[in-house]
Amino acid sequence: MNRAGPAWLFLAPALLVLGVFFLLPVLAGLALSLTDYDLYALADLHNLRFIGLANYWALLHRPLFWAALGHTLYFVVVGVPLSLLVSLGTALLLNSSAARMKPLFRTILFAPVVTTVVAVAVIWRYLFNTQYGVVDFVLVHMGLPPIDWLGDPHWSMPMIILFAVWKNFGYNMIILLAGLQAIPAELYEAARIDGASTWRQFRHITLPALSPILVMVGILTVSGYFQLFAEPYVITQGGPLQSTVSVLYLMYEDGFRWWNMGTASAVAFLLFLVMFAATAVIWRFGETRGHAA
Amino acid sequence: MMKRGFIKCCLNTAIGVFATLLLAACAEHSPGVTLEFWTIGPEGDAVAQLLPAFERAHPGIHVRVQRIPLTAAHEKLLTAYAGGSLPDLVQIGNTWIAEFAALHALEPLQARVERSAVVRKSDYFAGAWTPNRVDGVLYGIPWYVDTRLLFYRMDLLREAGFDAPPRTWAEWQAQMDAIRAKSHGQRWGALLPTNEYDQLLALALQQHVPLLRDGGRYGNFESAGFKRALAFYVGLFKRGDVPPYTNVQVTNPWQSFARGDFVFYLSGPWNIGEFRRRLPASRQPEWSTAQLPGPNGPGDSVTYGSSLVIPRSSQHQRAAWTLIEYLSRPEVQVRFYELLGDLPARRSAWEDPALKDDAKLKAFRDQLVHMRTAPQVPEWEQIVNMMQEVAARAIAGELTIDQATAQMDARADTILTKRRWVLERQESHEFRNGHGDNAHVPETTRHSVASPAPSGR
Amino acid sequence: MSRAVKPLLVNGALMAGASLALFPLFWMLAVSFMQPGEANSLPPPMLPLHPTLDNYRELFAHAGMGRYFANSLLISTAITLLSLVCNTLAGYAFAKLPFAGRERWFGVLVGALVIPAQVAMLPLFLLLKYVGLVNTYWAVILPAMASVFGIFLVRQYARGIPGELLEAARVDGAGELRIFVQVVLPLLKPILATLAVFTFLTAWNDFMWPLIALTGQQHYTLPVGLASLSREHVQDSGLMMAGAVVTVVPVLLLFLALQRYYLRGLLLGSVKG
Repeated sequence: MNRAGPAWLFLAPALLVLGVFFLLPVLAGLALSLTDYDLYALADLHNLRFIGLANYWALLHRPLFWAALGHTLYFVVVGVPLSLLVSLGTALLLNSSAARMKPLFRTILFAPVVTTVVAVAVIWRYLFNTQYGVVDFVLVHMGLPPIDWLGDPHWSMPMIILFAVWKNFGYNMIILLAGLQAIPAELYEAARIDGASTWRQFRHITLPALSPILVMVGILTVSGYFQLFAEPYVITQGGPLQSTVSVLYLMYEDGFRWWNMGTASAVAFLLFLVMFAATAVIWRFGETRGHAA
Repeated sequence: MMKRGFIKCCLNTAIGVFATLLLAACAEHSPGVTLEFWTIGPEGDAVAQLLPAFERAHPGIHVRVQRIPLTAAHEKLLTAYAGGSLPDLVQIGNTWIAEFAALHALEPLQARVERSAVVRKSDYFAGAWTPNRVDGVLYGIPWYVDTRLLFYRMDLLREAGFDAPPRTWAEWQAQMDAIRAKSHGQRWGALLPTNEYDQLLALALQQHVPLLRDGGRYGNFESAGFKRALAFYVGLFKRGDVPPYTNVQVTNPWQSFARGDFVFYLSGPWNIGEFRRRLPASRQPEWSTAQLPGPNGPGDSVTYGSSLVIPRSSQHQRAAWTLIEYLSRPEVQVRFYELLGDLPARRSAWEDPALKDDAKLKAFRDQLVHMRTAPQVPEWEQIVNMMQEVAARAIAGELTIDQATAQMDARADTILTKRRWVLERQESHEFRNGHGDNAHVPETTRHSVASPAPSGR
Repeated sequence: MSRAVKPLLVNGALMAGASLALFPLFWMLAVSFMQPGEANSLPPPMLPLHPTLDNYRELFAHAGMGRYFANSLLISTAITLLSLVCNTLAGYAFAKLPFAGRERWFGVLVGALVIPAQVAMLPLFLLLKYVGLVNTYWAVILPAMASVFGIFLVRQYARGIPGELLEAARVDGAGELRIFVQVVLPLLKPILATLAVFTFLTAWNDFMWPLIALTGQQHYTLPVGLASLSREHVQDSGLMMAGAVVTVVPVLLLFLALQRYYLRGLLLGSVKG
């Protein structure tokens, strides 16, 4: 009993920080999203109106919001599986008994993860330049037509997806690698004696063993990818033709460029809802798969 | 022992960091006055070269210059305003003055001008002075004037069979068609980045039709005049005279221009300096400037330019004004022109041989008397960005001219919703309170937010 | 057949992957030493013809990179130290100190992880504006002083501390704070190192919030300064790459030096407790 006092003292600093700088703003954000807080209100609070759900209603009728949501979903739906595939592939390679110099390769493959998004996004902008970019140079040399990555609205998002895969695959690679190493070798041993092919071993031993990790990693990656912002901000400035405007980019523009903070808060909460739903779906999917297996 | 060592080490470092933070905080209050001066784009480097003389003359004032990139300037300034961290002196695009005045962010300057021996209204181009007044209150002093006109390659134009730059839209189009044909598609007629609104805005203002109507309450993009301008602009891309590139794709327009990828470039005076600096010597005699072609003859262009404003929040307004006066002196304006190519806002500076005898400036001199101002409503920057977004979709073939203008009007009306409400409320207050007695109206609403601004006229 | 081919395939694939992972970084380094305009030619040059340090000189002399670097260092260090204190105290309490509703509180905290930080950004800006902290280092440091992830990490690790150790100290009459400092902290040292590396790298690389909260150039961190620079210096690829090098290399080196701690944190953090 007498220890409850100190416990709260120990908790106080962290809870204070989280309460004041996170919980309070989140609640305030909910309130803000029900008002028309904008430049006029910033100048004079008399110009602030409570408008109920009008911001949400307006967003649902705004093509750019749906477009931004579409771009973000595109980024998530293509980017996440692709990232996981690359992560899984490299993890399998690193786990292979045939691989040499594993620590070195592991470090190199992981290096992009620790780099600064803004800095490497700047690099990307040059690599994918249509005139002098290395990527198009290679494409042309391979006999392929050059791609206008920065100018063609159909290719801008794939370029950003490639960027995200390059930047992020190492993270999940490490986690999956740990998962692979935890699978008992005897399982494979037994399968080999039964004459199972490598593919069958992968299907029936590796994947089931990894599936809880894959679900968890999937959830983390999905919520990370929903927060797409710095890449379009630095590489494309949302263009061309707004094809890389993500939900967060929209929130930034509405909120911190045009100072329609009411609208921007509504955007943020809608994003939260979508993320929550997506995470829940993957979670349920993982659960059912888990029971079936 | 080791445990203690570790914690002690942690604590020491923590204390060290705090000390550094404190020091950093204290450094802001050094003796004398440190003037924070924010500039936009290349002006920062040029002004840094003008400051040593100023600081010698005013030993009590130390100026710290910051440059904000042009493409992020508006959002940076607004964020600084919103965060209460505007500096002491700001270079501001004169199309933004209405917005910042509405926010009550700027200090009125009329009284200082009346006492000043340096800043005299009569010596400024009228077009440069007007945008600084919002509802009869003066908020900024023009620093340089700016407009958009044609930069072009004389040699390539001759090669295509023309001795003189175009004067009308029709001539301009014909010349670009010829350039395309003669070079077998190797050259473009012009580079007009599709994510920059200046070019379309300049063409639109040539139509002498307001871009907003009813005192800035609604969009007026469906007017016949704007549709003509948009159709001409979009047509340039459709005909293949202009590539649908953004400025993200063309990272180095100067290199491109020097190589002859395109012949015309629609840009502003600062590029005189950039062209002189960035183009190779062999190309210098081959480029020139020309007044913007109009629908039926040399046309108007848009009034831009930067002004110097003092934020209300500044603690050093007197020192800031001293610097404004210094930068406004005709000889300093000439020097500034020499450093960068920015055009002096004062007539007397133009009498200097450096400006008078510069052939590349003649077109600017002509253009300066043919200028039109963009609508002065706080939402303008957002509206004009929206206009360009929609125009880019028309260029890409997603929208017809009629669809595009309808969309622009619909979106402009949405953006202006709050402004209409504020105006209405202000009017009903004034009505209720009778004449002369509107003490209950919040001050902001009354005197700046909602002036029925003259749109485009 | 497969016996001989497999090592070749596996190592070849690893080699290819490693080259793709490293290539952008290698290219960045090469271009940062090139003359102006040199990178804008075909075929794209891979090595500088006449290596020069001009880009770096320009960066520090005119573009203010030194200031950004110092800001980044200051902010990241402050965040690391302060958040270490807050998170360790709280994580330990959640693991070892009994109090009413401990598990429920912790559940709430972990539940809060589903809320993206951006939801809080707009009101947080207004909050800091009204207390006058926008455009100060504190605007970035204060909100980062505690993190659910950090608390979680410490709690996971601290649960392994044997309760008898603490009880013994209590029997000896030691106060809770003394127990924490003398008994617990030394045991937590490895996880503290992990948390420190993690926090530092996250703070160093953070972009969106500093972009919003630091409005004046004198407070810019490296990513914000670099993004700002890239808005008007796109044509100077050498300069931009030098900026990228200055931003990326410190964290890469830090990672290389403390890889062990970093990877452990990554694994610990991803195992749901």
